[in-house]
Parts: sequence; structure tokens; C-alpha cells
Amino acid sequence: MDKTQLDLVRGTLDVLILKALMWGRLHGYAITDLILRQSDDALLVEEGTLYPALWRLENKGWVESEWGLSENNRKAKFYRLTSAGRRHLREETKTWEAYAAAVGKVLGATRPPVPEESR
Amino acid sequence: MKRIPFWRRYARLLRPDVRADVNDELRFHLAAKVDQLVAEGMRPEVARREAERQFGDVRTLQELGERLGEERERTQQRKDYWDSFAQDLRYALRTLGRDRAFTLITVLILALGIAANTSVFSVVNTVLLRPLPFPDSEQLTWLESGKEFNTGLRESIGLSGVTYTVDAYEEFQRHNQSFQQVTSYNPFFGNGEFTLTGRGEPQAVLGLMIAGNFFQTLGVQPMLGRLFTSEEIKKGGRPAAVLSYAFWQRQFAGDPNIVGQAILLNKTPFTVVGVMPSSFDFGSVFSPGLRMDLYVPAYMDDLRHWGNTLALVGRLKPGVSVAQAQAEADILFPQFKAAHKDWYEAYASTITGLKEFVTGRLRRSLIVLWCAVGVILLIVGVNLSNLLLARAAGRSKEFAMRMALGAGRGRLIRQLLTESLVLSIAGALMGLGLAYAITTYLAHQGSIALPLLASVRVDGAALGWTVLIAVSTAILFGFAPGLKISSGNIQDSLKDTGAGMSSGRKHERMRAVLVISEVALACVLLVGAGLLLRSFLKVLDVDLGFQPSRAAVIKVDYDAGENGKRTGPVLREMLRNIDAIPGVESAGVADMLPLGRNRSWGFQGKGIQYPKEVARVALVRIVTPGYVDAMGMRLLEGRDFSWQDTLEKESVVIINQTAARRFFPGQDPVGRLGQVGGRDTRVIGILSDVRQHSLELGATPEMYLSAAQAPPEGAELVVRTKLPPEALASTIMHTLRSLNPAQPAAEFRPLGQIVDHAVSPRRFFVMLVACFAALGLILASLGIYGVISYSVTRQTQEIGIRMALGATAYQVQRGVIARALRLALAGVALGIIGAFGVAKWIASMLFGTRPTDPVTFAGIVLLLCAVALLAGYLPARRASRIDPMIALRTS
Repeated sequence: MDKTQLDLVRGTLDVLILKALMWGRLHGYAITDLILRQSDDALLVEEGTLYPALWRLENKGWVESEWGLSENNRKAKFYRLTSAGRRHLREETKTWEAYAAAVGKVLGATRPPVPEESR
Repeated sequence: MKRIPFWRRYARLLRPDVRADVNDELRFHLAAKVDQLVAEGMRPEVARREAERQFGDVRTLQELGERLGEERERTQQRKDYWDSFAQDLRYALRTLGRDRAFTLITVLILALGIAANTSVFSVVNTVLLRPLPFPDSEQLTWLESGKEFNTGLRESIGLSGVTYTVDAYEEFQRHNQSFQQVTSYNPFFGNGEFTLTGRGEPQAVLGLMIAGNFFQTLGVQPMLGRLFTSEEIKKGGRPAAVLSYAFWQRQFAGDPNIVGQAILLNKTPFTVVGVMPSSFDFGSVFSPGLRMDLYVPAYMDDLRHWGNTLALVGRLKPGVSVAQAQAEADILFPQFKAAHKDWYEAYASTITGLKEFVTGRLRRSLIVLWCAVGVILLIVGVNLSNLLLARAAGRSKEFAMRMALGAGRGRLIRQLLTESLVLSIAGALMGLGLAYAITTYLAHQGSIALPLLASVRVDGAALGWTVLIAVSTAILFGFAPGLKISSGNIQDSLKDTGAGMSSGRKHERMRAVLVISEVALACVLLVGAGLLLRSFLKVLDVDLGFQPSRAAVIKVDYDAGENGKRTGPVLREMLRNIDAIPGVESAGVADMLPLGRNRSWGFQGKGIQYPKEVARVALVRIVTPGYVDAMGMRLLEGRDFSWQDTLEKESVVIINQTAARRFFPGQDPVGRLGQVGGRDTRVIGILSDVRQHSLELGATPEMYLSAAQAPPEGAELVVRTKLPPEALASTIMHTLRSLNPAQPAAEFRPLGQIVDHAVSPRRFFVMLVACFAALGLILASLGIYGVISYSVTRQTQEIGIRMALGATAYQVQRGVIARALRLALAGVALGIIGAFGVAKWIASMLFGTRPTDPVTFAGIVLLLCAVALLAGYLPARRASRIDPMIALRTS
């Protein structure tokens, strides 16, 4: 399992979890799995960070949980997005995109900015 | 509201605790991981170890999970609670909205009950519970002399018996160790009557003569300007006055520039040095019903020679109790008396808290009033219980259905409590509005001689009280029906087709019990009110010794000249002019009227030896010829004064019966010599006794002196007319003005007004208690009506059958009315027992009425029976009109 993995930028874990739940209910293990696969194995969410984040999301009312059976018939706790969570995800996604674009622009710059007074 | 997902309840069932949840969740994660590793080709035991390694510190994670889980659980519980409360609330509003008539009656009844309670609480709170409106008011005390006299004697001497001389005041001030300050004022308010001139029409104003440290002792500051300087409080200093707020507003339109200006009082310029704040109202604390206009320094050097002239108020040192101060006074005053052989009395003093002095006499009455409204609230609660029960009976199917669908008992009771809470909150809001109106009205009743009444309002404490009683009423009247319903058998209720079946019986018994207790409570209230009302009528019926009807009184001002020498001729001229007005029957002047101010002077028969316990004092009235006729007093023997009884002639006095009996035992006083303040005076007549202090208090010795021979203290012109007095008001005023341009614009008051004022506290209580009793009666009769009416509805079928079998309408009616009477009689029987207890308790408030007054008790029993008859008659008539055919078909 020694892959090049990126440390998660603070605050992005919540969005990633919410996003993972966008397509339906998942248990905790499936959430890590989904994030790992969708990031081409770049983002591994460890148990020690995943569950606290999930529980906090639940306390905030953005996700809700229920007990169910997993693919191989084990009792598992499934999480799903609430409508408040869905709204929050949309907002956060927008913020993230704007942020990423801005960072991208700065990092992708090829020449220094035009001096202020000449504009 | 958000829909509660169905699985929540299911999950709750399977989830015994948070810890297990966290464990399960983490265990599943581990298992899933092991599965994956095995799938990737690892051996199971290696895979397990690897998974555990990756997992890291499970313990910490578990703890965190538990904490977060518990937090979630708590918020969820709160949310569920409020969700179901909101649900109950919406449900309650919907059902109440459907049942408009019921809701309206309930809220109205509640509003009346709560308004009565909040208003009375506001009064009780202001008068009894709240401290007096002075800083550290618990330190303030009232000193009253005359401890050496017995109560009856002290009362008969009046104000003179409880006041002090300047010497006694100063001695006590100098030697006591208990008080920070002792102050005084002159409670013989007539000494402070002035005529204000030079500012529009002449005005009669009332000033209070106060010691220099009066305001400082009470701890009140002027709103404008300053208090008196040490020069101003001495005789010969510049005359100064401090205005009361009300007078400043009324007379000077609140002009702040008045401070520093001079005003003419009795033609002497007084400099206005300050204005007191509106929060300081002398009358409302020290002399209820009195409107004090301004304050002037009492020149002690003048008062020193006037005898007992000062009322004392002290401020205790911190930590000194009233009892300690009393013990000190008990030692000091006898020492003073020993040191001053010339003192007329020892001034043995009784010290009480000022609050006790102001409101002590009212405590019993107010507590009675408080209890009365408490009873009203109980009746309201019982009545509503009853109404709700009747309603619940009609809803038993609804509740049975809900129970069958899984609603718990607690849930149903909660639902019912929510309903009653909604009702009582609505009632409380309406009641508060009413109470606000009532207290505002009361606060503006200046004519009711109750202390502190002007500051009565619905304040925070009253609001709290309202909330308390509203909630407790809601629980009281919501709980009984709730228990009743939820304990019912579901199957019975579902099967019960409503009218005529036996399951309603138990319901009805409970309602009967409620109605009986309601009638009993109302009975207690009515008997209490009846006794008080009868006492009130007895008080109004006492022989006043004068005739208030068709007589009116006006304060007059005249120029008495040097040393009052002109008093006789001036008054004679004035009365000659008044008598000449057509319609005037008789007229006379007195310095003080009955039931108002008073003072006493020494009096005894010349050369008669009295036993030691006979106090040789009598009330003094200084009057002109004609006064006895104008007042409608009865001269039993001898003659009235004449204008020939002048300064140059022999001093003459008229005494009343009581004085004649006391000072001339076994003799005919007329023609004998008495001694007024040591001066020989011929007794020329005997008058019948006059109620001088109050209507309740018996006669005391009185003497009447001629205004031409003794100095009157103020002048009240009493006019007896053939026409209604108001018709003559302007003519009389015109006449007075033409004689004396400085005659102040004073009110021409009917003589009955002084009687009204004297009985106003009693009237106030009687009116309130009577109102509450009437309310109780109405509620009780509503209760009887409700129960009987409901049982008639329920028994429609049964009645129909009986009528079909030949029962006459009369028999049916009789049956129903008998039931109503039985309820009422059971209630009355219980109520009478309670009423005896209550009557004994209020015995001290009664006058001329025994607590077991048979007329009142019989009257109330009859009244309640009559009301029960009426309440039973309406449903009875309906019952007798039941058409058997229709009744039998409808079920």
C-alpha cells in the first residue's frame, strides 16, 4: 500500500465525504474506497480522520445514518446526504472551484503581473 | 416541520446505546478491510493484523465516537420533544378552532379569573409585599405616644393622643442611641392650610410643616432645586417652600423656573427652593387620600407652645432592631418625664416599622381579598375541568382510536395538557389586558383612602404571578380529564355508541363531584361577601349624629385681624350674607368637620373629682352659631351659641352626651361650669354624639366652643339647602368673593362626600369581594347547567322511552330539576361548613354582624338553590319537550 498519497488540505475532507454520498447511501468503508478510487489512489482517508469527520457531519445534520446490511450481509451503518447536506455540498463545491481556479492561475502564471500604475 | 423518517423509531429500538453503535461500526470497517486484504491474496490472520495496524489507535476513536454520539442523542431528544410539542400545538389549535363556542367561553372564564388574580396580586404586592418607596425603608420606623393610655382612650383622644410636643421630640432626638435620625412633621394638617394669591384665582393649598431633616431621614432628594437650609428652618429665617410634583405640574405647569421665585401664601412671600420628584407622594404613604401640595419648615419655637403637635418618624441605625429601639424608648421616656415635671404626659411610645404603620391595618383585608381571588381561581379551574370533561366525553372515541393506533397514555395526557395550556395562555393574555385596565383604574382612584394605591400597577412580579397561576391552572384543569380519558377502556369506548350507554356514568359521577365542590367554594365566597356586605350596610346605617344629605361644605378664607379679634364679627357678617341667599336653610362655620382632622383639649367639670382612669380630654370643635343646625345635629338640651357669646362675655361650651355622662356623672351639666384647658367655661347645651373618627368607632367626649371666643383652626362653611347644593354653588362663591377677594377657588363638596371618604376602604373591599362572589355564583351555576344539560342530552333516549311509556312532561321536568337541586344542596351543605370557618376568620372585619348571622346564611342558601333551580330548569324544559318518536329513532 505504499503509494504516493497526498495529504488532505484542511477542510476538504468534509466536502469529499459529502460528494461521495451524492450518489446514494454508503457505509464508512465504502466512502474511503470511493474517494480512493475516484482520486486514482491519490487520496487515502484514514479511519482516524474519516469517522470523526463523519460523526461531526451527522451532528451538524448534513448526513444521517441508518443500519443496514452490507454487500456481504454484514450489519453496517450507512450514511446518506440530507437536503441540508446537499445544499452545503453545492456551496462548498463552488467555493472550492473558485479557490482552485485562483490558485491554478497564480501557479500557472508564466510572467510577472503588469505593474499597477501602467494600467 | 420535518418529517421524522420511519427508520428513526426502528433504529431507536435496535440501538440500546451509543457505545455499541460505535463498536459495531468500527468492527464492520475492520472486517471489510480484512475481506479486501484477503481478496488481494493475503492470508486471513496476516490480513487481520495488517488491518489492525492500519487502523491505529482504536480506543481514542471509540471515545470520540461515544462523545459525539451522546451529543447527537441529546439534540435529537430535544428536537423530538419540540417536534411533538409543535405537533400537539397544531393539533390543539385545530381542534379548538373547530370548537369556537367552547374555546371562547373557556378563554373568557379564564381571563376573568386571571384578571381578578393579577389585579389583586398587584394591589397586595404594592401595599403588602413591596417595601415602601424609600431607600433602606426597613430602617424607617413610626413612633406613637400614648402607650400609657388604653386603646379605647387613645382612639377617643385621636391625633392629640399619639403625638408629641416639641420638647419631647427634641429630648428623644438628643438622647436616643438607636436611631440615625429622628424627624417629625405636624400631622394637624389644618395648620398648613394656605391661600395662594397672586397667581390667577386665589387657591387653597395644603402645606405640610416638616422638621428640617424630614426628607433627609426618609432618604428622598428634590427633583429640582434643594431642600431647606439651616437658616430657613429657624423662626425668623426667610420663608421657604418645597413643592410637591403634582402641585408643581397643576399650578405651575411644570415650569422649572419657579425654583427661586417667591409665591404668596397667606400674603407672605415664600421662596420656592425645590420641587420633589413624582415618586414622593406624602399622602399615599402617611395619610391616604390626602393631596399634599407643598412642604414648609415647622418652626419649632412656635410649635413648642402648641402642645402635642408632632408625629415622629425615625431611621434606625444599621443593625438595630425595632425591638431594641422600643426597649430603649421604654427606658428614656420615663426618665424625660421625671426630669420635666411640667410635662402633661409621659409620652410612653410604641415603635413600629413604618411599613407596619402604613399597611398593618390592611393586612387582614388584603389577605382575605387574596384568598377570595384564590377561591375564584379554584372555581375557574374546576369549572374548566368540568367543561373539558364534557368535551372529552364527546371525544372518547377519538382518543380510543388514537390509543388503538399506538399513542401512549403519557402522549395523550401531554396532548390534553397542551390544549389546556393553549387555553390558559390565551386566557392569561386577555386577563393581563383586563388586569392592566383594572389596576390603571384603581391607581387613579384618589378618593379611595388606601395607602400606596396610586402606585399600583402590573409589574414584573405580577407578570410572574400571572404566568404561575396560568400554568398551574392549565395543569389543574387539564390533568383530571387527561387521566380520566387515558384510563378508559379502549374497547368500551370504541363500542360505545354514545348516548344512553353505561360507560358515561363514571364520567358523570366525576363531573358531579366537580360541580359540588364548585358550588361549595362559591357558597363560602358568597357567605363571606354576604357578611361583609351586611356589615357595610350596617356601617352606612349608623347614626352619624348629623345629616349629610342636602348639605354641602366649602373651605372659606377670611381676615381674622390682629390676634383673631375680628373672627367673630367677620364670620357673623359672612353668615348673614349666606343666610340671605334664597334656598339656604341654615349655615354655619366649624374649624374641623367630623370624620376628618381632629384635636383634643383638656376638659373637666369644675370642682368634680374623677377616678384616676378617667382621661380629662375631649375633642374640640370651634364653631359659629348656626353650625349645629346646618349639620343637622341634634341639640338635646340647653341652647345653641349666639352671636352674643363674644370675647367680652362669659366663655361658653356645648358638650356631647358622652362628655356629659363622663364629666358630670349623675348631674345635669347645663348651666354648670366646666374647665377648658383650665379656664372656667359655662356649659350651655348638650348635643347628641357625632361619629368623629370613623363610622365604626363609637362616640367619644366632644366639646364645641364659640368661634367668637376661641381661635378656630381653619374654617369650613357648612350650608344646608332646600335646593340641591350644586345649584347654589356659584351664588355662594360669588357672595364669599364679594366679602373677601382672596377667597380661594375651593370645591363646594356635598357633606356626604366626607362620609364616602371615611367608608371608602370598606366599600373598596366589599365591592371587590362581592364582584368575586358574583363571579363564583355565575361559574357555579354554569357548572350545574353544564352537567344537567349534558346528562339530559345523554339520556335523550331513556327519557324518550319513559315518555312513550306514559311519563308526563311534568314528571320528566321534576326529575331533572331534582337532580340539579341535589347537586346544589350537596355543595351548599359542604360550603356552609367551610363558610363557618371563614366567617370566624373574618370576624374582626365585620361590623354589627355576627359571624353566624342567620340572615346571611339563609339568604345565601336560598340564593344558591334559586340559581340551581334556574340552571336545572332550562335543561328540564328541553327534556320535557323530547319527542319520544324522534328520540327513539335517532340512535
